Amino acid sequence: MGQKTRFVPLRWTALSCAVCAGFLFLSLEHANAQAPEADKPIPILSGSIGTFSFVTGGQNVIDTQINPVLLVPLGDHWLIESRAEFEGEFQRPPDGGPYQGPVDKHLDYAQLDYIVNPYLTVTAGRFLTPFGIFNERLYPVWIRFLQPDPLTLPINTAPSDGAMLRGGFTVNAHANMNYAAYVSATSIGIESVDSERHAGGRMGLFFPGIRLEVGGSFQRTLQDDRKNAFGFHASWQPTKLPLSVRSEMARSYEGSGYWAEGAYQLSQMHFWQKAMRHTQLVGRAQQFFVGETDPDLAADLGLPPANTRMGEFGVNYFLHDGLKATASYGRGFSSAGNFNQWSYGIAYRFLIPLGPTGAR
Amino acid sequence: MKKLHKRASILVMAILLALGSYLFAGEPASKKDPANTGLERVNDSESMRIEGEKRFRANCGRCHAAPQKFPPRMMATVVRHMRVRATITDQDMRLVLFYMTQ
Repeated sequence: MGQKTRFVPLRWTALSCAVCAGFLFLSLEHANAQAPEADKPIPILSGSIGTFSFVTGGQNVIDTQINPVLLVPLGDHWLIESRAEFEGEFQRPPDGGPYQGPVDKHLDYAQLDYIVNPYLTVTAGRFLTPFGIFNERLYPVWIRFLQPDPLTLPINTAPSDGAMLRGGFTVNAHANMNYAAYVSATSIGIESVDSERHAGGRMGLFFPGIRLEVGGSFQRTLQDDRKNAFGFHASWQPTKLPLSVRSEMARSYEGSGYWAEGAYQLSQMHFWQKAMRHTQLVGRAQQFFVGETDPDLAADLGLPPANTRMGEFGVNYFLHDGLKATASYGRGFSSAGNFNQWSYGIAYRFLIPLGPTGAR
Repeated sequence: MKKLHKRASILVMAILLALGSYLFAGEPASKKDPANTGLERVNDSESMRIEGEKRFRANCGRCHAAPQKFPPRMMATVVRHMRVRATITDQDMRLVLFYMTQ
């Protein structure tokens, strides 16, 4: 009896999936016009490489990472995309000796996207959880303003294994809307691709005229405890200044907090213009409040062990397109002890075609 | 009864979603009526390039600095990736691709 009640919903789910798959296949056939040969997308190997030194409370950690991104477009509507992360964190042992440490290898995402129409993209596989904007858009080392992660980054941003609907569309002449809704299955028992059972969504409104985006995220954990988490995000780029400001707030069972950061490109300076236009000043203020979860579990997630406030500033210098040198200083105020954090390093983004490029 | 209602709801939602996908899935914009794509305001290549640059700065510039221009087939892949990653609109994607390949 137990088996019967278990299998009936599965049949219905399978039937629903079959209906979806059938219609999606038909819609692919319906939109079968091909792009001209010269404009057809080709597979690409992209990604970033970075090496950084983080000195926190006098302890130096050399962080070296490579994040290859593979993009394989199929036809006019499909895209396979994947990113892996190989990250080594090396430090001297307390009793001296050469730098040593673990090399972490894991799969950030490996997903199949089907662009159904201008309003909807269906994604299946392992994907970055769209909670806030940092995890999906700002994480790569060549993009982020400051190399140290925001304190709240671990909150509800572990990768998901499941399915997602997402898209962006024009609401009117002044606003675009973007959305994502997803479900994730529980861990499949392989550490490098584990996940938890949850469902959630994110919605944002972008006003292109004033270059302002505001939005919110929600996630409900369906594994073990049923917990809700929510967050808000905003980004703004004034049209008359080379300034970019962005911010996130997150609240969850594991902890809560916010960060706000800005970057100012010195391109408007009237002296040393050749160097100044490649220089970016950056700053971030953030605060974290511990949650109700066990401190050891919070530490496993990468969250601070105590309430923490932090201010950081730094400078980025773009040596070349995709190649930047970065340095920053931050001061943390925590009930577990105040600390300084220095960082410096270099980040590089690469892009390698895996087919004929159609170069003009 | 409650379970049946739930299953029926799932099936109806799946059908509606799939039907919507089917109905909205059209031909690529190159074959669409410009009036339907909103491209009627940018009907020549120079104004498309200018509009594309504007869309690039508004959308892509939110996260990163302008990259160098790559060959068209590479840019087509990059823009498709960014369309999914950054949920930019179909119209913005086409104008940015036009700008980045000119």
